[in-house]
Amino acid sequence: MTNLAIELPGLSLKNPIMPASGCFGFGREYSDFYDLGKLGAVIMKAATATGRIGNPTPRVAETASGMLNAIGLQNPGVYKIMETEVSFLSQFDTKIIANIAGSTLEEYEEVAHAFNETEHVHALELNISCPNVKEGGIQFGTDPSMAARVTEAVKKASNLPVYVKLSPNVTDIVSMAKAVEAAGADGLSMINTITGMQIHLPSRKPLIANRTGGLSGPAIKPVAIRMIYEVSQQVNIPIIGMGGIQNAEDVLEFLLAGASAVAIGTANFQNPFICSEIIDELPNILEKYGFHSVQEAIGKGIVS
Amino acid sequence: MIKKDKMKIVSTRCIAKDTIEMVLENQFISGIAVPGQFLHIQVGKHILRRPISIADCNKELNQITILFKINGVGTDELANYQQGEYLDVLGPLGNGFTTDGESKSTVLLIGGGIGVPPLYYLGKTLKENGINIVTILGFQQKDNVFYEQQFQELGETFIVTDNGSYGHKGFVTDVIDQVGRFDCYYSCGPIPMLKALTAKLKGKKGFISLEERMGCGIGACFACVLPTKDGTSYKKICKDGPVFQAEEVTL
Repeated sequence: MTNLAIELPGLSLKNPIMPASGCFGFGREYSDFYDLGKLGAVIMKAATATGRIGNPTPRVAETASGMLNAIGLQNPGVYKIMETEVSFLSQFDTKIIANIAGSTLEEYEEVAHAFNETEHVHALELNISCPNVKEGGIQFGTDPSMAARVTEAVKKASNLPVYVKLSPNVTDIVSMAKAVEAAGADGLSMINTITGMQIHLPSRKPLIANRTGGLSGPAIKPVAIRMIYEVSQQVNIPIIGMGGIQNAEDVLEFLLAGASAVAIGTANFQNPFICSEIIDELPNILEKYGFHSVQEAIGKGIVS
Repeated sequence: MIKKDKMKIVSTRCIAKDTIEMVLENQFISGIAVPGQFLHIQVGKHILRRPISIADCNKELNQITILFKINGVGTDELANYQQGEYLDVLGPLGNGFTTDGESKSTVLLIGGGIGVPPLYYLGKTLKENGINIVTILGFQQKDNVFYEQQFQELGETFIVTDNGSYGHKGFVTDVIDQVGRFDCYYSCGPIPMLKALTAKLKGKKGFISLEERMGCGIGACFACVLPTKDGTSYKKICKDGPVFQAEEVTL
């Protein structure tokens, strides 16, 4: 019997599979397809202090082996999310991770503090890497000292374990990871999307109204694997890995690179059942490659 | 209820320039599909599905007809699928048109280009309910025109082309004054057409169907949104729409 369970700060996961923030809304739509209680956890769409209406459309564009998006953190605000979405998700036997975003240090603190009021949220994912809004946190996500500051502030404001979501749009990912670890991060979540652009030939204009968007999907998987591989050897906190996962083999690859759990993003759009199907398939893939548990596979791809 | 299922391609043919008509078979999806809904179709290994509206539905034969224009790599690949092959489809998606109008009333259908298809299933359904149908269809030019005869079977039909190469010359809004009295209108087409139309028919009861680049197609990703009239919130085209009351949203 393959053991899929994994213990992370604040999160006793029955399996390492969770939908990635922004790709699953607040779970409602996907709950029509399968029991969300099957998931290790759900990472909710980003919450800001007050509601945001997001960017103009088009907001998505397909690319070779990936997609660009610039949604712009559209969300109803943390208080409404607490009232309607957290209470909805809490009916399922799964862990809830709240992704928090902001444009100022104070906004991050406010959102983090607000989630102290519910017992149903088990951890925070600190979004300092949204590339799609002018002050959506990316400035916190590309400078190690700024990243450390916001991590420290959120840790102080919150009672929950904090997983800092790192941006790949940096030269030195290890220094970012080390900076937030030193500032008290309980874990890392990586990677967010890579900034990209696509130009539409007939109109000669960027296809996405925001001009740039975040690239996700299988196109970015090798970048995610490389960054997790580098970071996992340099920090002592667990990593939730993400970036283009499409199947259970991809999950194992992330574990081998040093991730302790994974999030599935873009693949949910093509196949709403993908997380559920990967959970079913993972034991077979672990067995196939000689592992009896998820725990056993973590970091086993690192060449000394 | 949305299902992810295989649909068998019963037939596929080119009916106008770059325009494909494909008949698909699936008992569940055809059984519950209503006019105005769409299918989210997986094409090859593309990362995103392609949303394509339902042009007709035959519940006895378990068939759904889709019409699409070859307009990029996805639709080009879809056009190459052959009879007997299967498509992976998510559907039926979205909220369709309200079809409970009063018997003997008259409705105007206004379609532009590849916005024409959903109006056909709608028109057929309305006619079965005893409603009189008048249709205006706008196309770029003669070789883009399709389904003229099918709409004529539903009622009086005006064809308009931008360059006058077939039917009336001009835009769909140019012939509205010729159609006489109608109680309500239903429209689908490019945004500039819908803008001109809703402005011209301001105050008239109407429904419009919209399209946008979509991600998930089920309301989770917030890619295809549209501001509401009061500007304070957004509607999701895939889930709240694609059909909206003409006065409900800002184009």
